Amino acid sequence: MTGTGEVLLRVEGLTKAYPGVVANSDVSFAVAPGEVHALLGENGAGKSTLVKMIYGLVKPDSGTMTLRGAAYAPAKPGSARQQGVAMVFQHFSLFEALNVAENVALGMQHPPRMRALASRIRQVSQDYGLPLDPDRLVGDLSAGERQRVEIIRCLLQDPKLLIMDEPTSVLTPQEVDILFQTLRQLSAEGTAILYISHKLEEIRALCDTATILRRGKVVATCTPREKSARDLAEMMVGETLTPPARSAKAKGAVALEVSGLSVRSPNPFGTALKNVSFSVRKGEILGIAGVAGNGQDELLLALSGELRTARDTIRINDAGCGDAGPNERRRAGLVAAPEERLGHAAAPDMSLTENALLSGASRKGLVSRGLIDWAATRAFAGQIVDRFDVRTPGIWVAARALSGGNLQKFVVGRELSQAPAIVVVNQPTWGVDASAAAAIRQALIDRAAEGAAVVVISQDLDELLEIADRFAALNGGRLTEPRPTQGLTVDEIGLMMGGAHGMEVAHHVHP
Amino acid sequence: MFILEKRPTPSRFWTAATPVLAVILTMIAGGLMFAILGKDPVEAIRTIFWDPLFDPQFASYSRPQLLVKAGPLILIAIGLSLGFRAGIWNIGAEGQYIMGAIFGAAAGLAFYPSENRLIFPLMVVAGAFGGWVWAMIPAILRTRFRTNEILVSLLLVYVAQSLLASMALGALRSPEGGGFPGSRNLSQWPASANPELIAGTGMHWGVVAAFIAVIASYILLQRHILGFHIRLAGEAPRAARFAGVNPNRLVVLCMGISGALAGLAGLFEVTGPAGQISIDFNSGYGFTAIIVAFLGRLNPIGILLAGLLMALTYIGGELAQFMLGLPSAAIQAFQGMLLFFLLAVDMLGNYRIRLGFGRAA
Repeated sequence: MTGTGEVLLRVEGLTKAYPGVVANSDVSFAVAPGEVHALLGENGAGKSTLVKMIYGLVKPDSGTMTLRGAAYAPAKPGSARQQGVAMVFQHFSLFEALNVAENVALGMQHPPRMRALASRIRQVSQDYGLPLDPDRLVGDLSAGERQRVEIIRCLLQDPKLLIMDEPTSVLTPQEVDILFQTLRQLSAEGTAILYISHKLEEIRALCDTATILRRGKVVATCTPREKSARDLAEMMVGETLTPPARSAKAKGAVALEVSGLSVRSPNPFGTALKNVSFSVRKGEILGIAGVAGNGQDELLLALSGELRTARDTIRINDAGCGDAGPNERRRAGLVAAPEERLGHAAAPDMSLTENALLSGASRKGLVSRGLIDWAATRAFAGQIVDRFDVRTPGIWVAARALSGGNLQKFVVGRELSQAPAIVVVNQPTWGVDASAAAAIRQALIDRAAEGAAVVVISQDLDELLEIADRFAALNGGRLTEPRPTQGLTVDEIGLMMGGAHGMEVAHHVHP
Repeated sequence: MFILEKRPTPSRFWTAATPVLAVILTMIAGGLMFAILGKDPVEAIRTIFWDPLFDPQFASYSRPQLLVKAGPLILIAIGLSLGFRAGIWNIGAEGQYIMGAIFGAAAGLAFYPSENRLIFPLMVVAGAFGGWVWAMIPAILRTRFRTNEILVSLLLVYVAQSLLASMALGALRSPEGGGFPGSRNLSQWPASANPELIAGTGMHWGVVAAFIAVIASYILLQRHILGFHIRLAGEAPRAARFAGVNPNRLVVLCMGISGALAGLAGLFEVTGPAGQISIDFNSGYGFTAIIVAFLGRLNPIGILLAGLLMALTYIGGELAQFMLGLPSAAIQAFQGMLLFFLLAVDMLGNYRIRLGFGRAA
């Protein structure tokens, strides 16, 4: 695997500063041909900026890069691709209304004829165990399949270095295994892989070397297999981590009951909910897993009141409210935190004060006879910032100026500070650094301990296993029967989530 | 090479400074244009911006004209700005303005020649109602059938103009007008007149209404939850729905307010400065108000200043045509430049410009 002292990419002293933050400071490391090299770090540690410089999206302030011994300074992604560097982004850039081959062709400078391209896609997908039909519409593909489109788009360029940004966040455990086999095969063929993640077990399973970043600086380089996940986490965070504390407590009466909930998605490529039923008791946390795009967004909208249904499909404290809007539900005690922080849970260009008003108006009594009590709203925003340790210069700052983790703390804090009886959160720690994620999980657990019923929709299985009392999975808009979390195996969970989406045989031909 | 860099938080300074910068750039570019046309640019700019207010010969006539022209522009622009803030594009204020005038005038003329003091208030209500009804057509078509309110409201302007012509020639034509088109003179009938309230200022009830609208809209946007929801809906529609805003209700509300204010402006115009319903009493205020709304950055105070500035360019433009023989097209181009530069420098609020050098690919 790792070459004998041979170096494919060498990065020396890369520095990039943005107004107010130094994203990367004097970062150096080297990647050998065929090496799987992890970039490990919390959100905001500078991983994204670093790979964006390697991929030609961002120009470094100082420092040099060499690729195969020659100076390497890509001015744009196109020239990085020409020199054999490809990247799979965390967020896909695909057109849902076009088919796979058309999407691949759009990313090429000189696309071949459609038929030739389709057969090349079939060939590459077979060679690497990533089955994909070039004629299918991207809108109909699962998140895992969409990722395959992105990977194959890269592989068609025959890259020497493949950068993957948090590739497993959208995959089931079975799909992760298949992806890892593909990556190992690529590595065996001499393609180096730069693998960005904060999932420690994955890095220990896959990577040969890990470069650990903290606040823009390289703090350690190690062989992840020789370290425990805890060691890696502590190197990454720079402090000792304490897992969330739970106290076993008797659960109360049913607070939220959903029965036979079926709604169509407002989004043409969304997933309709089909006959979803569950109930949550006071003091209980229900974890809902599932790969992205299986109805999570729709479930949150239906629970928050943004999508309405028949009155009795959703009952809060035994009162029907399926036809009530968001504010009526808030008054009834249900608060929600949507997945998309900017644009849904918060207005990007509005200040934190204004964003505190956004969902806090009714329960916190911030409005009387239509007039906003700005003093009370500022006090509420300040209280959220203090209690949930939101790092911001002030409450007058626009929401978009906060880092993902800080804004998420603000959003979750805003909802939990309203003394809710029922809390629904979608992806509460997505893209959030480890210490912020731990704080958010602890806050959810604390709120449940105070007697709230909590529904956590998440793609992070470790998170759900850590905090949920009961566990269910969304798959194609259907919800499995909730089961107690204790005693569930990863295989069982994977099957609840829909297995490998018909990919079980993929790697049998190419071991 | 210039590089645009997004600011983490919008700059308050530049948000306030861009309109001033746009006016300065317009003066420079407009001066160049006037120079190419063979006029002295300094004199042309002075004739447009200075003489209407301070020239001893013209100021006594043009100073009151400032409020007469700015009043309807501000009143309409305030209404439009609420919708524009929420992402609801009422482009048909001109039509609502005409319909307000027709409804208001018709309601008053029905009682001619009574001298009842309630006639003028009744006309005001009818004028607002006329504008509101005309705006409800695109609003309801949008909420029911998802039509585009830009197109519907714009096309209804032409319907309103045809109705205006028909009214001036038919139903509302003055029986004592000797067969000429146009209604009875409303400004000379005491029961319906909208006179100059303070002599020599141009202040009439429409200007008073415009000032009230500025204050009310300022309070609405700063202090009222509805104003917050309007801003939220424009900036982040999904967040607005999460906050419990009903988008359809907002469309009806914003279209209704802007229609009613445009209708009011029409009524005050037809009972005051214009004096009667005639085929062309409307002087495009409904369209110019769109420019005023954006020039004022959709901010009530900004609109107040922009309305006054726009009125000044109209009055000064006429003066320049008259005194310097500038073609009217040049004046229109000059006004167009103002909007162009405003939009062009608009991004300074959200971006900063850095000098930088890109590397060769």
